[in-house]
Amino acid sequence: MGKRLLLRGNEVIAEAAIRAGCQCYFAYPITPQAELLQHMAVNMPRLGRTFIQAESELAAINMVYGAASAGVRTMTSSSSPGISLKQEGISYLAGSNLPAVIVNIVRGGPGLGDIAPSQCDYFQATKGGGHGDYHMIVLGPSTVPEAGQLTMLAFELADQYRTPVMLLADGMLGQMMEPVELPEPIEISSLPQKEWATNGAKGRDPNIILSFDLDPEVLKQMNLILQERYRQIEAKEVRYEETATGDADIAIVAYGTVARIVKTVIKMARAEGIKLGLFRPITLWPFPSQALKKLSEKVATVLTVEMSAGQMWEDVRLAIAERAETPFYGEMGGVIPTPQRILSEVKKHAG
Amino acid sequence: MPVDVQNMQKVFARPNSLTDAKSTYCPGCHHGILTRIIAQTIDELGIVERTIGIVPVGCAVFAYRWYRCDAIQAAHGRASAVATGVKRANPSLIVFSYQGDGDFASIGTAESIHAANRGENITVIFVNNQVYGMTGGEMAPTSLVGQKTTTTPQGRDPKLFGYPIRFSEMIAQLDAPVYVTRQALYDTKRIKEATKAIKKAFTNQVKERGYSLVEVLATCPTNWRMKPIDANKHVANVVEKTYRLGDLVNRG
Repeated sequence: MGKRLLLRGNEVIAEAAIRAGCQCYFAYPITPQAELLQHMAVNMPRLGRTFIQAESELAAINMVYGAASAGVRTMTSSSSPGISLKQEGISYLAGSNLPAVIVNIVRGGPGLGDIAPSQCDYFQATKGGGHGDYHMIVLGPSTVPEAGQLTMLAFELADQYRTPVMLLADGMLGQMMEPVELPEPIEISSLPQKEWATNGAKGRDPNIILSFDLDPEVLKQMNLILQERYRQIEAKEVRYEETATGDADIAIVAYGTVARIVKTVIKMARAEGIKLGLFRPITLWPFPSQALKKLSEKVATVLTVEMSAGQMWEDVRLAIAERAETPFYGEMGGVIPTPQRILSEVKKHAG
Repeated sequence: MPVDVQNMQKVFARPNSLTDAKSTYCPGCHHGILTRIIAQTIDELGIVERTIGIVPVGCAVFAYRWYRCDAIQAAHGRASAVATGVKRANPSLIVFSYQGDGDFASIGTAESIHAANRGENITVIFVNNQVYGMTGGEMAPTSLVGQKTTTTPQGRDPKLFGYPIRFSEMIAQLDAPVYVTRQALYDTKRIKEATKAIKKAFTNQVKERGYSLVEVLATCPTNWRMKPIDANKHVANVVEKTYRLGDLVNRG
């Protein structure tokens, strides 16, 4: 096993990407993900890999599009306003069946917002974000070590399903330092060949990467291929974690940094005799609707807590329908909910 | 005398790198000539098996059909960034982008300039026909002063819409590009010169010299509302006054 290091979330994501075999990284500076860019600037050239500080977010995501077309593992990272700019490229990646990893270290919005941690980009990440009928896999780490593990997973899933994958982590995860055991590096040469890549039509017909056809019937078929893939992903790739739900009367649904705070709240609540549990989605798309539905049949109340005005809350209510009460508590603008405040919300609904 | 078909000598043929897919270009448009020149160049340099074409949005949106090489459809204006990604991922590939004036010199301005400024070892073909052909003849950044388009029905008024942008001259100000040139295709002399320029632009990349840009003044008889022959004369007599032909940078 590797040694334990004290590292910042942004550095762990960068290092995990390198260990996952990311050969080309393109990004534009923005707070609070600057350390990720800086780590890549130092380490990618050292390994003979590509680092470019792009002229814009648009250029960065389109460089990713080119590198992904050429068949290598590739990544870009940014924070909320920058991710908005990347939406064009993400839609093209999805439409062209290209694997790539996009990291969003989310900050307060809308507009320029601030640079404090937030979860206000959930809609954008999970519901498409750019134009057209598409989804991408969205992974929501809750701790710094998990950010590393999910970065590795993001590259695996991207290649397996030929789809963009987003790591959605709030600014707290990007900035916080924790002891981490870094994942073992993969052997790039052991990765399967990408037969579809545009890497030179030698001894085969030309490969064409595109998201375009003027014939509506053909474009419909291209869309159906995407939709079929999304059904497969929904069937096979749902990930979530339940904590203390076995005997719970009330459950909180939370992801990312908020889920971590809720683990403290569980101890506080149980000390006062309130049987509180946590349901933590790890894949935000596909959302773990079936598992949450099952849980809602056992508990009276499912409280959603987010650092947003209630974005994931919509998916929670869709999954639960009216099987349980579904109250909401959220903070906005980069304000982080305290355990005390969450506990007082729990008490409102704990009977 | 009857023609002896069996023993006819072949003096002119389709380049191997050019497919027989049906052209989508209008009669009299120069895109077809330019497409052939590029295919011929790919043949002559023997690079079809490692060439990647980056195709734009615009009249050349179907260009992935014309060449027997791999191709990537880029978002509007982003071809130079996509080309950068491909080339950096695999420097042994020969990467060219083919971009119109709206794509290269308007919506893609940042990507175009910065790929040139980094001296990416790519070949950029920039087609300047002073109009948005595909969408219906709107004003391009390159439209001439006074030019009537569907969005400047009274003619391009510089007070409202600025002046024709000499993009290649802007690129030529940068330190990195090794070759920046402006060519035309309205007669055989210009076609021969443009062919040489395109070969040089690809050769620079093969020899790892760096960034090359070939701007080509092209006609758009459809949207200029001219007969093809008049469109050719218009390039020679009018367009060339704004866009001077010749090399702007040649550090080969």
